[in-house]
Amino acid sequence: MVAFIARRLGQSVLVMLAVALIAFLIFRFVGDPVASMLGQDANQGDIAELRDRLGLNDPFYLQFYHFVLDALRGDFGISYRLQQPVSDLILSRLPATIELAVTSAVIALVFGIVLGIYTALRRRSVETAFIMTVSLIGVSLPTFLIGIGLIYLFAVELQVLPSFGRGQVVDLGWWRTGFLTESGLKSLILPAITLSLFQLTLIMRLVRAEMLEVLRTDYIRFARARGLARRVIHFRHALRNTLVPVITIAGLQLGSVIAFAIITETVFQWPGVGSLFVNSVQAVDVPVMAAYLVFVALVFVVINLIVDILYWVVNPRLRDSASGGR
Amino acid sequence: MTDAVEPAPQSAPQPTRFQRFARSDLLWSYLRSPVAIVSSIVATVLILAAILAPWLAPYTPFDPATLNLMDGFTPPDSTSFAGHYFLLGADNQGRDMLSTIMYGSRLSLFVGFSATVLAAGLGVGLGLIAGYLGGFVDAAIMRIADIQLSFPAILIALLIFGIARGLIPPAQQQNAAVWVLIIAIGLANWAQFARTVRGATLVERRREYVAAARIMGVRPISILFRHVLPNVLGPVLVIATIGLALAIIEEATLSYLGVGVPPTQPSLGTLIRTGQQFMFSGEWWIVLFPAVALVLLALSVNLLGDWLRDALNPKLRR
Amino acid sequence: MSKFLARAAGVLLGATMLAGVAQAETVRWARASDALTLDPHSQNQGVTHNLAHHIYETLVDRDTAGALQPRLALDWYVKEDDPTVWVFELRQGVTFHNGNAFTAEDVVFSLDRARSASSNMRQLHATVESVTAIDDYTVEVKMSGPSPIYPNNLTNTFIMDKTWSEEHDLQEVQDFAAGESNYAVLNTNGTGPYMLVSREVDVETVLALYEGHWAETPPEVTEIIYLPIADNATRVAALLSGNVDIVQDVPVQDIERLSNTAGIRVETGPENRVIYFGYRFGDEPLRSSNITDRNPFNDPLVREAMALALDRDAIQQIVMRGYSIPTGVATPPFVDGWTPELDAYEPANVQRARELMAEAGYANGFTVTLDTPNNRYVNDEAISQAYVGMLGQIGIQVTLASRPIAEHSPVILNNESDFYLLGWGVPTFDSAYIFNDLIHSKTETHGTYNVGLYTNPELDEMIISLATETDETVRDATVAAIWAQVQEDRVLLPVHNQVLAYAMRDDITLAVHPENQPLMTTVTFD
Repeated sequence: MVAFIARRLGQSVLVMLAVALIAFLIFRFVGDPVASMLGQDANQGDIAELRDRLGLNDPFYLQFYHFVLDALRGDFGISYRLQQPVSDLILSRLPATIELAVTSAVIALVFGIVLGIYTALRRRSVETAFIMTVSLIGVSLPTFLIGIGLIYLFAVELQVLPSFGRGQVVDLGWWRTGFLTESGLKSLILPAITLSLFQLTLIMRLVRAEMLEVLRTDYIRFARARGLARRVIHFRHALRNTLVPVITIAGLQLGSVIAFAIITETVFQWPGVGSLFVNSVQAVDVPVMAAYLVFVALVFVVINLIVDILYWVVNPRLRDSASGGR
Repeated sequence: MTDAVEPAPQSAPQPTRFQRFARSDLLWSYLRSPVAIVSSIVATVLILAAILAPWLAPYTPFDPATLNLMDGFTPPDSTSFAGHYFLLGADNQGRDMLSTIMYGSRLSLFVGFSATVLAAGLGVGLGLIAGYLGGFVDAAIMRIADIQLSFPAILIALLIFGIARGLIPPAQQQNAAVWVLIIAIGLANWAQFARTVRGATLVERRREYVAAARIMGVRPISILFRHVLPNVLGPVLVIATIGLALAIIEEATLSYLGVGVPPTQPSLGTLIRTGQQFMFSGEWWIVLFPAVALVLLALSVNLLGDWLRDALNPKLRR
Repeated sequence: MSKFLARAAGVLLGATMLAGVAQAETVRWARASDALTLDPHSQNQGVTHNLAHHIYETLVDRDTAGALQPRLALDWYVKEDDPTVWVFELRQGVTFHNGNAFTAEDVVFSLDRARSASSNMRQLHATVESVTAIDDYTVEVKMSGPSPIYPNNLTNTFIMDKTWSEEHDLQEVQDFAAGESNYAVLNTNGTGPYMLVSREVDVETVLALYEGHWAETPPEVTEIIYLPIADNATRVAALLSGNVDIVQDVPVQDIERLSNTAGIRVETGPENRVIYFGYRFGDEPLRSSNITDRNPFNDPLVREAMALALDRDAIQQIVMRGYSIPTGVATPPFVDGWTPELDAYEPANVQRARELMAEAGYANGFTVTLDTPNNRYVNDEAISQAYVGMLGQIGIQVTLASRPIAEHSPVILNNESDFYLLGWGVPTFDSAYIFNDLIHSKTETHGTYNVGLYTNPELDEMIISLATETDETVRDATVAAIWAQVQEDRVLLPVHNQVLAYAMRDDITLAVHPENQPLMTTVTFD
């Protein structure tokens, strides 16, 4: 177990290094920050000088070396656009994104699993057909259109929920939360629904598919033959066996929630890291973009690590292969 | 409940899968499923309308020379400033919505299909290899998948756009936009396939029939494609059906973020993006019709895939 | 009975509350983007200056008609015996938000800071040699030569408190390379009518009235909550749902809907900004064209044909929904040098344009790529798209390359575009500003946005002479001569002057500001 985790950790470090390189490489291509940093008054002399001061004229590998060294210290430099330390910016935006992502993930998991089981067990009912169809309409609409539709309906026409932002936040020192005020909770509803819909559908469909598969396996049939109660079969045996793929997907989806938050945050003007990233892309704010990529990668690597360990715990059959190859 | 236990079909030796479909189980299942019939009709109509757009569409909206700006914002079912009849109205550039949607669907479908095929091909291949071989190959492939999954699809696409921008001179970038989109969306989605296929392969590989086949001396590649692949197709189909709709939606999202096909030759996504601006101002037809077309397209493809999955999966077939 | 009493009490309470509202008015002000920084010399950008104008003050200011007005300087003039020195007489009794008195030392410090190496404002002070305090309320600025329009360059140069700045080590403007954040980015100490209460970048900035401000009548707005909302639909929705009071960047298509909504009114007015197309000059073949042996844009007949193909009226009517002022010259009417004759344009004439194309040897047209921003100007992408259609009718097949401004800018600045759309604002209200950057040949110091690499040595000479010409009649004549040549060569193809729209709660009055820098001090309530 320890060896397995150590190996995974080592791999994770390699992954992070690779991501750092990619993050750095890519955004050297995306655009020239200098043009957006200087206003319409800049002349050629200013531009050349600023390039020099930013170290943009250094050799490529030297720039990357500095990047990694600084990144290890949590220093991603100063945002070109906002002139504040990037790590401060990301940390100050993180609570908003985490609160949104966790709320959405919980909605998606709870409703996804419940609806998935329901539709698997009662696969021929009218409700199932209805749920499946609605869920398909849900995934067939772009996130931004759903968001705008919800704003139009609930904020503009019905005027019951706020159209943008986080509402009033309570400062807990290093964490600003919207969970403690009425306006904060109200503001959370529309973005959380928008963000969770897609993942909800995916989880629901996967739970349903897995459940249906498991229900047809030999040992469930044996269980039935032994005369075990339906409820016991469904929840003790069948559900447990659907957990393996569900853990994988749910884990992966949590990362996707943060990724998808980019769009949702933009539409709802949610002050999280996603909207920070979009604003930075628009302004070719390289340090923020690079830091964001590394941040997302870190989240994913950690989630993957946890998923792998859970996988290993839940499915004993994988243990020998996971820890030592063939 | 109808979940009665039925004898499972023999998993090996199989006649080719296609021979088995031809024995009209599929047809029988199709004829018994109204959802499948309706969605296949809708999908066929939409896809045909898209493919045949150059011959069927009343106007040629992708040719800017034929447009008259003064036709802009003509409401549905009316005659425009320049005397054209627009069944679904005209957009802000004076383009016939019906024709533009037909041409736009064509582009969206092309991007969606190509990207999904690319993603599925890459993902299934790598996932099978990783799951079956295990060890170093597995670790390497799955670490690459991790890296890829660490980036949201949107970021991957932005990233590939970035590389493309670095490699393609600005003057040529627009002409390459569609191919860049396909590669970007395709490469952004392969890892999902790989993860799932690998997971299923890991489990499948432990099954008795695979061990039996190996003992019988069947070549690994043959085991992979003849025996393991068919058994992991279920989850792949789930992902691929959603994947096609997802690819189309990702294209729309990229357009929303400002990278995508040029607005002079819009896909459904670009149409929704531009039409979205007119949601509050009363020109509802500019966003509604492309959105309906997109939803119908994605929905019918999804429903069809849903039914296909049930019908094709030997374990679920009744 | 008790019900009646309760209701009466309610009415009374409501009345007192209304009276209270007149005393303390909060305005929630939304626009598309946030100020980049609070450091007043770090970014020469409109949105940033707009917020800064509420906290800091400049020596001189401009009224909505464009005329210079006293602000921290009461008077300014060229020194009698030395035409290279500007004298500024300062307002007395002004204090910074922290209580420090405002003196000439602060002006010297601020102007020096504004022209330091890492300042983004230094272009506007390039000809300043030194700044000296003569006494507590007089400052002299020594120029490298006669600079008749220098005060025009001061409308966005803010005055900081020297003592406070030195306490917080702010002598230098934010230096990106230094890897440290500047205290002034998030903290302020100005003389302006509002003080910073809190700021969360891209989210919310709160300003409160500064009680010690020198103005005799305090503004009606006592608290400003500044909310950047990037997405058009979300921003409009925020006003419709009553979550904000003023929306600054109103999309033209939503003006009508907002005007017709009870409780909301819309103000529109011209901005000091012209939108134009530009193309590449010179013999070198275009990068994006199928004509590979010559440059079609270099042919005056082609440029004339392109001008005749541009239906400005249709663009105004459909794309801009009436909210633009079509023009034939690349300068807004606010600018010195603009005349109605220059402004006039020929109506579109596709037939004639086709003939010209044939005459130029392009009867079958040619292909080219048009680079356009899609998030910078009002409906920029739609304008370009409309023109693509119009050019198609005379055989020019255009591929549209639409990019966010941050990606459009490098293409423009590196002269990688054959054909492009750009907008130009003129903060100095003087034609020289346009000539320096758009018309003068591209050099280290001039022609930064001369994307088409137009070059005319004679014009260059005339443009340079404007900077030091003190005789107004001669200067005006030179400006007119330059414009005549620019028009004759069709160096730029102007489309229209941009019109701005602000939407607000209907009890609020706020006029459109020609530089899109509305001040909340000018807000009044019914």
